[in-house]
Amino acid sequence: MNIPAEHALLLSLALFTIGTLGVFLRRNIITVFMCIELMLNAVNLAFITFSRAIGTLDGQVLVFFVMVVAAAEASVGLAIVIAVHRHKDTLDVDALSIMKW
Amino acid sequence: MDLGLFYLLAVLSLASAVGVVGQRNPTYSAFALIVTLCSLSGIYGLMGSPFIAALQIVVYAGAIMVLFLFVLMLLNVKREAAGEGPGRVLRGVAVALASLFAVQVGVVLAGLNVRRGPAPGFDASTRRMAETLFSLPFLYVFEATSILILAALVGAVVLAKKEP
Repeated sequence: MNIPAEHALLLSLALFTIGTLGVFLRRNIITVFMCIELMLNAVNLAFITFSRAIGTLDGQVLVFFVMVVAAAEASVGLAIVIAVHRHKDTLDVDALSIMKW
Repeated sequence: MDLGLFYLLAVLSLASAVGVVGQRNPTYSAFALIVTLCSLSGIYGLMGSPFIAALQIVVYAGAIMVLFLFVLMLLNVKREAAGEGPGRVLRGVAVALASLFAVQVGVVLAGLNVRRGPAPGFDASTRRMAETLFSLPFLYVFEATSILILAALVGAVVLAKKEP
């Protein structure tokens, strides 16, 4: 039970940075989505760590709400991916530039 | 014992997170992400949050990742071709920005004075979680999330529907 909070926070930072890199580097829209899920999980880990160090349950409840929002976001986002694939027949984020002038 | 397990799970989650980003095939990325989520669940359990650990497995590794795999199979996604992706310069800029972010947050974390172990009297059992979640400040938020989930459900059906 003696897990150092600093190391858990460093793990959270490393996971968030890897997720950011993935959003920058990957071209497949579904992989970009998964990297966003990775970043959400890194934030959850930071919430749990601080909640444990401070001794209140607010952080844990926030993690619960982050999970709910992530589930809603994944369902709507993947529905959009299906609609985009039906219209453009590609999942490459560079090919989806219709909103860009 | 607990400490060794924590470092093992931390290394496992980091390695599979690198796998998520490094794969060209999105299906392999999804499986690597499942490993990351499960090891994070183990870490939550070690840090005394059994409810969140169970939720992580059920909601993330179960529901959300199954949704991802369904869509991957539905769309028959191919792997990214080797030549695709940003050029060398943009790639360097991306790595530089990400490292800048890591250094900035790392400096903040280094100056932070966080307690090492759990705070005295810290108890995140399912009973205490339920008492917090269903008491007043969070009760309204909890009810609002049910509306959010309903809206997301309707939105997903409408968006993915075939046009007549």
